[in-house]
Amino acid sequence: MRDVAVVAFAQAPNVRRDSDRNEVEILMPVLHEVREKVGLERDDIDFVVHGSTDFQAGMPFSFVGALDAYGAWPPINESHVEMDGAWALYEAWVKLQTGEIDTALAFAYGKGSPGDLVDVLRLQLDPYLVFPLGIDPIGMAAIQCRAYLEGVGRTEADMASVAVRDRRNGMTNPCAQVTGEFTVEGLLAEPMFVSPLRRHDCPPISDGACAVILAAGDRARDLVEHPAWVVGIDHRIEAPGLGMRDLTVSESTRIAAEKANASGTFDVAELHAPFTHQSLILEDTLGIDAAVTQVNPSGGALAANPFMVAGLTRIGEAAQRVLDGAAGRALAHATSGPCLQQNLVCVLEAREG
Amino acid sequence: MSGATDTGDTDAPADLVTGIVVPIHVEYEYTAGEAASRFLSHIPERRLVGQRHGDHGLVYVPPRGSDPANGEPTDQDVELTDQGTVTTFCIVNVPFAGQAVECPYVCAQILLDGADITFQALIQEAEVSQIHPGMRVEAVWVDDPEPTLESIRYFRPSGEPDATPESYKDHM
Amino acid sequence: MANNVAVVGIGQTKHNTQRNELSMPGLVREAATRALEDAQMTWADIDAVVIGKAPDTFEGVMMPELFLADALGAPGKPMLRVHTAGSVGGSTAMVAAGLVKAGVHERVLTVAYEKQSESNAMWALAMKIPFAPPLVAGAGGYFAPYVRAYIERHDVPDDIGIKVAVKDTNNGVLNPYAHKQMTVTYDEVRDSMMLWDPIRFLESCPSSDGACALVLTSEAHAASGKLPPAWVHGMAWRSEPTMLARQDKVNPRAGQECARDVYAQAGITDPRRDIDCAEVYVPFSWFEPKWLENLFFAPEGEGWKLTESGATSLDGDIPWNMSGGVICSNPIGASGMLRFAEAAMQVRGQAGAHQVDGAATALGHAYGGGSQFFAMWIVRNTKP
Repeated sequence: MRDVAVVAFAQAPNVRRDSDRNEVEILMPVLHEVREKVGLERDDIDFVVHGSTDFQAGMPFSFVGALDAYGAWPPINESHVEMDGAWALYEAWVKLQTGEIDTALAFAYGKGSPGDLVDVLRLQLDPYLVFPLGIDPIGMAAIQCRAYLEGVGRTEADMASVAVRDRRNGMTNPCAQVTGEFTVEGLLAEPMFVSPLRRHDCPPISDGACAVILAAGDRARDLVEHPAWVVGIDHRIEAPGLGMRDLTVSESTRIAAEKANASGTFDVAELHAPFTHQSLILEDTLGIDAAVTQVNPSGGALAANPFMVAGLTRIGEAAQRVLDGAAGRALAHATSGPCLQQNLVCVLEAREG
Repeated sequence: MSGATDTGDTDAPADLVTGIVVPIHVEYEYTAGEAASRFLSHIPERRLVGQRHGDHGLVYVPPRGSDPANGEPTDQDVELTDQGTVTTFCIVNVPFAGQAVECPYVCAQILLDGADITFQALIQEAEVSQIHPGMRVEAVWVDDPEPTLESIRYFRPSGEPDATPESYKDHM
Repeated sequence: MANNVAVVGIGQTKHNTQRNELSMPGLVREAATRALEDAQMTWADIDAVVIGKAPDTFEGVMMPELFLADALGAPGKPMLRVHTAGSVGGSTAMVAAGLVKAGVHERVLTVAYEKQSESNAMWALAMKIPFAPPLVAGAGGYFAPYVRAYIERHDVPDDIGIKVAVKDTNNGVLNPYAHKQMTVTYDEVRDSMMLWDPIRFLESCPSSDGACALVLTSEAHAASGKLPPAWVHGMAWRSEPTMLARQDKVNPRAGQECARDVYAQAGITDPRRDIDCAEVYVPFSWFEPKWLENLFFAPEGEGWKLTESGATSLDGDIPWNMSGGVICSNPIGASGMLRFAEAAMQVRGQAGAHQVDGAATALGHAYGGGSQFFAMWIVRNTKP
């Protein structure tokens, strides 16, 4: 495979509701900043691809407006996935592998605030057989959580410790939304939300955007001192029916990790786990040893979870540690769909594969 | 499928469930954004204020936040009039959902004086057969304009002589 | 890097106003199983699935690929979902082909669909955004003024749209999968209702339920199918802003640049001479002469002359829309892939009654938005 690296990452501050700015206005400074970091003009970007979803924006063809934040003139080589931006980055990586291009920009935006995101996410369910049951994504996560706790013997305290970790880590991330010092005891004293989930087990709703620039080979070496080389990337999906999956593990993450050669140790892991128990499932599946790997130094999805963005943010945050020279090997993960239905694993290294 | 003629479009068995009604209801509270808010704030004064990026940018109305050619914010206001030129149009003979206008009616692209982009609007108070590219039109406002584009009821012929084709040929 | 891509399996549904006897999973499976059968493969042979469709509001299901994953045999495999407006069917095939070209996968199934009957398209497209300009006329009302601008800019005879509609509608009768199955005359099209003057009812596409699927492989599996493969010789997409000041919406620059790119890849210097037939996204009949110029089959202002001379008819020197095109079937999300599929069917010689004799090089074309998003590919019956 061709050597391809993340060379720049930028993101908007994550907030519960940005009532001043529309999607274009949130994106514009992010798309400028990411290019400025490596001194690339729009002409220097060979391919642009982004991820977003119409039902979050509340209008059909909403992605069309996002192009206005980039400036698609003269006409550009461009595509769009109705998926988290992590999969936009995957498409960019594939395009770089064809050898047709040397640089690519992947970005994502999501304003969770205009609609009721829980109501919106219900629209992901099978419209014939599941949607009419009235269940929502938090209830589905709670079912997964119960199955996991009882199947594996973990506790609500283990879950709370994930929230304590991520919120504490988020304190060093200026773009994080829910941060602070908490204790496991303090969190466990809070009432149940959707049992066995308490509020701290669930992600915040966020408005946000982020962008990543990829470059191949010498182009990457010329642009930055420490390119974050993508030495492995893969994604897998599972059946939608919860009854058709073992909810105590993440089989699709396991396969993706195997295909991406995500074995061995990592300095940093950024996991897209919107719920605390999902972080535990992912850490188990990926064999992460917290003694050697710092998990979610950014605060992860519990500190800020802009829907359609947070997966790409994990890749950007993991890559940033390599770009900064702080990490030699980083793992990034993104998820989509109820109860970790679809997962992407990306391995980033300071040295090319 | 070469040579296939059985396309599978079979009649459904009589007892097959061919549909269920699943109502969905989602409410959205949209954010107009900084640029559109600035534009809309002038509408109650019956003013159309376009925007451009920098001193030499092309003038957008209504503005959506950026100059879509380069992704730069439209940071300058440009006062326009509520008069313009029809660049092209169609005559609508099918009632469109939510449209209270009697058919046939004209839906036109109008280039407001001072703007660099057209926008789509209704034309009324004119015989459909008389509408043509180059025709000069003016906005007809509602009595108490609110900060919404629906404050313009429609455009009507202003009676001025036609604009020259050169003045609008680059805008369609 | 840059492996050859072969189309070894092609499938589509019968397109119709409502395919009530099928659910969404049933609809995509009807196309996908036909493509697998044509490729002589099973679900287990597929490495990855790429699905595309137009706005999710058409069916009221958000990111429906999630609930369609098992219907398409995707569990345990990679699945991608593409959405690039009306060009999406073409873009989706290109993303799938990219996986093979990049050497990431060997055998990829790609599917595009729309089941417009599941929701209300007027509702789906006309969400009322409080501060946006009020919508005044629907999709036809958006395009009709630019058709008028084309006619006036080049002083085009006003019946060219009628002639295209007669040609495409009658071609559809030769295609058992086409939604519209009717023979029409010049007078019938002329006398059909003028919906958005200058666009008539019979010059417009229908609203359809339907799906299309392709199996794309690397060279190693290119001989898998029932027939020799179609080889991809070029792929390109281009986008430009939807509302750009001083934009030419009659002859969009993105379409021209996309065409130049795909022709350069395939070594085409004179498209009318070098291409045997083309399946082009023409949702309103007047788009044929416009696109003949935009795609350089004719000089600017003279596309209508090709139509008028009969050059684009099935027995002309450069047939366009042999399948009946979008005028006959319009499951929006699938419409672009159907164009790409028809091009491949032609060079594989599997187009039945709408086959162009000896077709060796074909163009598939899709566009979306208000003519700002373009996707094209060139396929041949010979390896690059």
